[in-house]
Amino acid sequence: MSEIAATAIAASCASCHDCGLLAQLPASSHAEACCPRCGAELHERKPRSLERTLALVIAAIVCYVPANLLPVMTVTSLGKTESDTIFSGVVYMLEHGMWPLAIVLFTASIFVPMMKLGLLSFLLISVHRRSSWRPVERTRMYRLTEAIGRWSMVDIYVVTILVALVRLGNLATIEAGAGAVFFGAVVVITMLAAESFDPRIIWDRSDMREP
Amino acid sequence: MAATRVIACLDCDLLHHLGEVPEGGTALCQRCGGLLRKRPRNSLEHTLALALSAAILFLVANSFPFLSFAMKGRITETTVMTGIIDLYNGGKWQIAALVLLTIELAPVAQLTLLLYVLAPLRLGRVPWKLPHAFRMLRHAQSWSMIEVFMIGIIVAITKLMGMATIVPGLAIYAFGLLMLVLAGAMSSFDPESVWERVEALR
Repeated sequence: MSEIAATAIAASCASCHDCGLLAQLPASSHAEACCPRCGAELHERKPRSLERTLALVIAAIVCYVPANLLPVMTVTSLGKTESDTIFSGVVYMLEHGMWPLAIVLFTASIFVPMMKLGLLSFLLISVHRRSSWRPVERTRMYRLTEAIGRWSMVDIYVVTILVALVRLGNLATIEAGAGAVFFGAVVVITMLAAESFDPRIIWDRSDMREP
Repeated sequence: MAATRVIACLDCDLLHHLGEVPEGGTALCQRCGGLLRKRPRNSLEHTLALALSAAILFLVANSFPFLSFAMKGRITETTVMTGIIDLYNGGKWQIAALVLLTIELAPVAQLTLLLYVLAPLRLGRVPWKLPHAFRMLRHAQSWSMIEVFMIGIIVAITKLMGMATIVPGLAIYAFGLLMLVLAGAMSSFDPESVWERVEALR
């Protein structure tokens, strides 16, 4: 394997989003081009990547507030009703000595969504400021964001299973709360945001600064 | 097949002359460390075998209850579908839809498409509308979350343990195996060798 000192965009080529084939783009820059192997539309970069990612990150932050304030589930047991938010669920586990579980839920439901939103915002700001700071590390941050997103779904599944299992009429029932709906929205929206971000933009900005 | 091809890193756009990657080998980008090409051993046959077993496990996992819960003499059993239906009846259709998508529809699509692409190729035929199947497979893959669901099951069991008797059902073991087999199928799946095989057949 040897390196050529150039990028695909500089050689007016584009990698197909679907099959990864490197294809030459037509000379007239605005003509639509298709991948010769699989027929997908070719783009040098994901179209409107920054705008889309920014819009989705903002939407996720908006949903994140009710996701944490509203209860994710309501437990009714012998006439007594108790509501749990994401945070109080973790605290409850800690108080009852179930610390391995508390760690799993803290990581999946609190740490991962916050880290995802933090990293995506950081990447958006750094790209917007045309920063050339540590592109390798920023690309790694992006890969991390992409990989961890799905693990936040744990809480949604826990609620689903508890709702299905605990339905004993007057004895005990568990119902999903509105917080769970918003939390599910945060997971889906951040996954879409990570998918619409194009890490090659990080490199475009730092390539331009190089002499 | 050309010995050397030029490809670009999908993460940083750097061009590379990539020679033949040996079976079981991986090629990484020199600048950002992104994955350029992974070539698993006997990719097509391994993936096909694992996808077939995953399809069988999926049927088992969905046909039997995965947990039963006994409290004060009353027993409830649950399958994944009853869970989804309960959420829907409780007015939380958004969550019901999300669980339906990630645990039922996306894995079904993922397995069907894998078999649809690989089985004809194994018999020496190019499947109809292959590029479309590939595109759908990529989406199905990112929304299929069996492994996350498994963690959810474990958390739910631990949560209820003090409250009542939890009896794990047959489906829970099927889910556990499905998680492993599906991960194996996806890691031995290599779109690039599928394209190579298609080009050789054309």
